[in-house]
Amino acid sequence: MKLMWFHLMPYTELPDDFNKKHPSVWVDIHSSLFDPRRAHHMYNDFMDELEYAAEVGFDAVCVNEHHSNGYGLMPSPNLIASSLARRTTDTALCVMGNSLALYNPPTRVAEEFAMIDCISGGRLIAGFPVGSPMDTCYAYGQNPSLLRERYYEAHDLVKKAWTEKETFSFSGRYNQQRYVNIWPRPIQNDPHPPIWIPGGGSIETWRWCAEMDYVYCYLSYYGYKAGLTTMQGFWNEMAKLGKDRNPYRAGFLQFVGVAESRQQALDLYSEPAEYFYGRCLHVDPRFALPPGYTTEATQRAGIEGMMTKAANLANPSTKAALKATNMKDIVDGGYVLIGSPDEVVEQIRHVGTSLNVGHLMLLLQYGNMSKDVTKYNTRLFAEKVMPKVKDLFSDWEDKWWPKPMAKGQRAAVPAFRPQLAAAE
Amino acid sequence: MSEPKTSTVEVNGFPCRVWAKGSGPKLGFLAGLGGLPRWLPFLDRLAETRTVIAPSLPGYPGATGHTELDTHLDWVLAVRQLIDKTGLAGADLLGASVGGAFAAEMAAIFPAHVRKLCLIAPFGLFDDKEPAADPWAQRRDNLPGLMCADGAKWTELVAPPDGANSVEWPIEMTRASEAAARAFWPLGNTRLDKRLGLIAAPTLILWGERDAVLPPTYAKKFAAGINGSTKVQTVADAGHLAYLDQPDAVARAVLAHFA
Repeated sequence: MKLMWFHLMPYTELPDDFNKKHPSVWVDIHSSLFDPRRAHHMYNDFMDELEYAAEVGFDAVCVNEHHSNGYGLMPSPNLIASSLARRTTDTALCVMGNSLALYNPPTRVAEEFAMIDCISGGRLIAGFPVGSPMDTCYAYGQNPSLLRERYYEAHDLVKKAWTEKETFSFSGRYNQQRYVNIWPRPIQNDPHPPIWIPGGGSIETWRWCAEMDYVYCYLSYYGYKAGLTTMQGFWNEMAKLGKDRNPYRAGFLQFVGVAESRQQALDLYSEPAEYFYGRCLHVDPRFALPPGYTTEATQRAGIEGMMTKAANLANPSTKAALKATNMKDIVDGGYVLIGSPDEVVEQIRHVGTSLNVGHLMLLLQYGNMSKDVTKYNTRLFAEKVMPKVKDLFSDWEDKWWPKPMAKGQRAAVPAFRPQLAAAE
Repeated sequence: MSEPKTSTVEVNGFPCRVWAKGSGPKLGFLAGLGGLPRWLPFLDRLAETRTVIAPSLPGYPGATGHTELDTHLDWVLAVRQLIDKTGLAGADLLGASVGGAFAAEMAAIFPAHVRKLCLIAPFGLFDDKEPAADPWAQRRDNLPGLMCADGAKWTELVAPPDGANSVEWPIEMTRASEAAARAFWPLGNTRLDKRLGLIAAPTLILWGERDAVLPPTYAKKFAAGINGSTKVQTVADAGHLAYLDQPDAVARAVLAHFA
């Protein structure tokens, strides 16, 4: 199984009375809450943490895209990924991802991802989310009724830009370009960098991933218990389509807090978890469902009850119903796995096998967790959990993992020596 | 209240429901946000002396095909087809809210198509200094009060009638909202101000004095932009969909203007 270290980059200093005084952490969160000088330290801490995760042996580091969002400070994950490309050597770089319809022209994504792939020597995983309603329709003003069509068209354009050898013209419904010929080109060109699709619980997305042979990722904040229905739905659909149960077809997000004992884990991780589930997910429900964002097929499935649970869970903002914000419920609900290393090993193996997920994306930093605690959580996981779960799914081949240049062929990145730089 | 006669016309290969009732000279009605999930007392008032013809815009209740419309030109041409196919070319045209913006486009771009024009709180403009509310970012319980001065009127409009399909009905209501969003996202601003000067038809502009979506002051902006003779009238105790709040008063004003 692949163990991937995911950072959301939450603003760590939202005030205690945030939920009382502010309607939403997203879209219209007030600028007065953002202190750029504090954010300087947050970004640098977060990037230290990502680099540390690579250093202690996680298979990948993951970043994602959010806009106008108090729990996600990465409007451009590509900026972080390009820095990581220079400060890591063998770790996969999972950009999870670029919301294609927000880029004009979408070939920008083809170019930037190709840059990251070149700089990193072919370590990129290219994530293509549609994007949440808050990010796309509200913060970025995209028309919810056109969003998916634009997304699919942008996908076609980006893929063609990566694979077509000759300069071509693209006459789409939403994008018209006379000369498409991106420079640079990705190192991973057989046929292109692995494409992973973070999505909700819609059957259309599952079918599309199967058809295109992409990895489907269910990135819920609500853990393995709530995610079970969705992942079962996914595997049932794969079976119907005649696809094998290769666990590497799937990715799943899980919060974890590991410590010497369960009690110590509770002591360490309750505050950051409650900060995340309390303040960070305080989203005004008026931004939940722009008309047209959810396809009619998915609405129908939801109303008919087949998928009610999955559809609700799929949308990060209709979580009001769940809304556990105290540590006991957070842990009982399976949102955050906690315990001693052995207890976490057992739970991770259970998550992997019950959901049949080969790519486990771990949130080991959440809410206002400090860098020290984050590194502790990360190190303990790497040293005491990872070795005991890595063997899972070893009889399956991960066909969706980056294929970098051979180590000896890659550029040697000189060590960064800030003290010398400062002296000059 | 008797039922209207229902027929269907095709626009770009998709069906659009047409409701007709009454006798006398034709009067076209393009509905506002939410469309016409049901026939309205307001339309009965109009039908007492006029043949009311109410085609559903693509995506509105009884119609599909909004998914084919990508640009404002696509929308304008779809509405033009609706007008032609329902025999409304040259008739009096009434449009409210989103339907109002399209009625104004018809009068501006195809002047021979519209004899007299009446607009009830039309979309199409946006003023930074007096921003319109966002009808597509509302908590569920706030929406009725945003649409009507008496929120119960909106709730009544969209409530499933007896025997309605419990799965398809809510989808149809969402589709109407999507269709409006598809044409007017995010601000309702279609740069209609550039074309108002082309409107030569005598125009009545009605605005609910308690319109919570579009500030009633927008009425003056429309009046100032339109070239033909223009009259502005405020409707007391009415919100954005004034024809739901005050069917009699609005019908009287409309009929007087079209007389």
